[in-house]
Amino acid sequence: MKLLESEKEIISNELQDIVDEFQSKPENLIPILQKVQAKLGYLPLPAMEKIAQALNIPAVDVFGPATFYNQFRLNPPGEHQIKVCMGTACYMAGGNIAMESFERRLNIKEGETSPDRKYSLERVACVGCCAMAPVVVVDDKVERSVTPTRVDGIILSFETNGGKKEMETGQGKEGRKELEQSDREEPQKEGEHNS
Amino acid sequence: MNSALIEEYYAKIKSEADAKIETLREKPVVWIGTASCGKAAGAEKVKEAFEQAIKNNNLDVRVIEVGCMGYCYAEPLAVISKPGFPSICYGYVDEGLANRLVEDFLMGEDPCYEYALVALEANDYFPTFSDFPRGVYEEKIILEHCGFIDPGDIDHYIAREGYAALAKALRMRPEEIISEMKDSMLRGRGGAGFPTGIKWETCRMAEGEPKYVICNGDEGDPGAFMDRNILESNPHQVIEGMIICAYAVGASRGYLYIRAEYPQAIMQVKKAIQQARGKGLLGSRVMGSEFGFDLEVFEGSGAFVCGEETALISSMEGKMGIPRQRPPHPAVSGFHDKPTVLNNVKTFCYVPPVIRKGADWFKSTGTPESPGTAVFSLVGKVSCTGLVEVPMGTTLRNVIFDVGEGTPGEKGFKAVQIGGPSGGCLPESALDLPIDFDSLQEAGAIMGSGGLVVMDEDDCMVAVARFFLEFTQHESCGKCTFCRLGTRQMLDLLTDITKGEGKPEHLETLRELAEDIKAGSLCNLGKTAPNPVLTTLRYFRDEYEAHINERVCPARMCPELIVFYIAPEKCSKLCNVCVGSCPTEAVYTREDGLKAINQEKCVKCNNCLKACPPEYNAVIKLSPPELLKEKEGNQ
Repeated sequence: MKLLESEKEIISNELQDIVDEFQSKPENLIPILQKVQAKLGYLPLPAMEKIAQALNIPAVDVFGPATFYNQFRLNPPGEHQIKVCMGTACYMAGGNIAMESFERRLNIKEGETSPDRKYSLERVACVGCCAMAPVVVVDDKVERSVTPTRVDGIILSFETNGGKKEMETGQGKEGRKELEQSDREEPQKEGEHNS
Repeated sequence: MNSALIEEYYAKIKSEADAKIETLREKPVVWIGTASCGKAAGAEKVKEAFEQAIKNNNLDVRVIEVGCMGYCYAEPLAVISKPGFPSICYGYVDEGLANRLVEDFLMGEDPCYEYALVALEANDYFPTFSDFPRGVYEEKIILEHCGFIDPGDIDHYIAREGYAALAKALRMRPEEIISEMKDSMLRGRGGAGFPTGIKWETCRMAEGEPKYVICNGDEGDPGAFMDRNILESNPHQVIEGMIICAYAVGASRGYLYIRAEYPQAIMQVKKAIQQARGKGLLGSRVMGSEFGFDLEVFEGSGAFVCGEETALISSMEGKMGIPRQRPPHPAVSGFHDKPTVLNNVKTFCYVPPVIRKGADWFKSTGTPESPGTAVFSLVGKVSCTGLVEVPMGTTLRNVIFDVGEGTPGEKGFKAVQIGGPSGGCLPESALDLPIDFDSLQEAGAIMGSGGLVVMDEDDCMVAVARFFLEFTQHESCGKCTFCRLGTRQMLDLLTDITKGEGKPEHLETLRELAEDIKAGSLCNLGKTAPNPVLTTLRYFRDEYEAHINERVCPARMCPELIVFYIAPEKCSKLCNVCVGSCPTEAVYTREDGLKAINQEKCVKCNNCLKACPPEYNAVIKLSPPELLKEKEGNQ
């Protein structure tokens, strides 16, 4: 997936500050990656190369941890992030059925982002709400007992009101919301170019 | 240490906290459980509804957010304490009930017992926890305050004897604390059950400065959420335990390693650390003494293997979380090669009560070899899901059927999965096992971090084993060949079996691979990864055989081995629910008005089966798929 202009700008202007904030110590690599991901939403290749440069370590020592830990993502998050819980209780209650339903409806596979960057779909290992299985986390809001019908409902709510209602009632962190909102304009523009 | 000074210091913060809590008793208070699980069930809307109704009616009532008391099945939960009444806990609260409670109870005199779950204090009107089987079997040591105190206010914890243990510990010599811990025989609650006192002693004796104390909050077991709940509901208990440990081993710095997937836990712990600093309980002079200690949070990035202590340390040093050879143990050479005590969240939670009440009190609960209590997250096909704390030695049967009230619906109990991906599936016949570290190991499972997933006749044991193996295979760090490649081979075999492509000799290959992986792996992830397969092979071999020999999934769960079928003799022409419920338009209306399924379009999502009204129950699953021809031929 191509980098957006805004992302290129962050990579060239802000990465150095983040690395400096952690005293350019390689042992702080994980907090650095976490912070970069909080800014960009994911870890594009150029960003990882730049971090390696700034820390003065081989790029492979950045790729290693970035691909090792589940928290780090290598493709951009969608405007709406859908995380299907695949913990034991959710799996037993039909988490895989919910996952398949999303895959079918969004036409993307687990771990992918739709080309217009509107949705991303991933699996997570237990969000700790096992009593409400199967659980899907949609933009930081936990949805309980998700059936194929509810999957259609979730997607429909985004298609009809642009997810505004979800944004109002969403329980996400304030900072995250701002980030998402400021990011939101960009992908749509790119979508228009494509079409 | 100057005992008198510390005593005075504690008396001062305690009396401040008591005064604050006393003001809460004078007026009505609504306590709402807003841990992650409560929020998922809609607790925030309930809170808003209460606040709005209270404001609209100009009432002098406070609404306070608390953590989770473990009754997950009845979320959202609210407790109302009103002077003159016992405190009453209400379950399944929604906005309508919130308004009703404000009108009838807060403004009137009717506590609406019809919606009450339980009363918190003994009274003449409504039963308390101890009047239910669950309350009889449960004995709460570390979950005692969870859900009853405001985790965001340190005074709530102090008023309930919080930090009293720290004040006592600071007046003891470090050696005395360690000998008390050894005497208590507290075993690490991360799963392996290593004696905590011995770990602390090793660290105290080890050469090297500075020493570190790390709390392992990297709860990665799918199906377990007690650490998250404790960190969200009562973070100070963990912090107090860590400070006592630091004083005992001579550490000056500590870290709480918490999964980034638990944002609310991280937020509560950070807040708690701030408040503890404000009260002088962390910092250069803890409670005004010479002892200095400070804490910070490290956000783990989500890797199951980081629950292993050497992998966790490696990830804190900015590297991939790959375990290393032990010895040296972290207690001798850990974080930055310095002596490091690493304990689980629950283990630290036991420290304050053990120090406050003594080792003998602790040993009076549980079994001689495993004293104290065990915390389980009871989930799956069980009526009363939630967090449960029972004395060690309680049987699984008591936990599942008395505390959890058995399986819901008509389906019978089939198995219980204990200990997550490292544990095993135990059948009905193993239910009378007392729960402790050693007897579970004998049955092929492990205590693990305490996930208990109950399964009924609708759950396929082969699919369950495959699920866990898929998880460990994905989470294997790749260091040891047997774990990296062996789990892959096992997963491929199991996938074939669930698709009906298994061969009889596969079972023996699975067993051999399992033994090799156990022998050839360095850390416990690999050593225990085959457990789910081994236990299911041991107790549910017939299911494997049915998959292989007859292409039948006895539980009718494996998609490749089942077909959905609408029985014409049960179907009604007057009902169209299934047609509407189908996400792929596979269900259609036949010319005679009855419904049928186009098998080519069917994705086996279960939706029509759930949608079909119980008076018809016309949708059935057939296994093997060949049965379909027979059925259709009969028409």
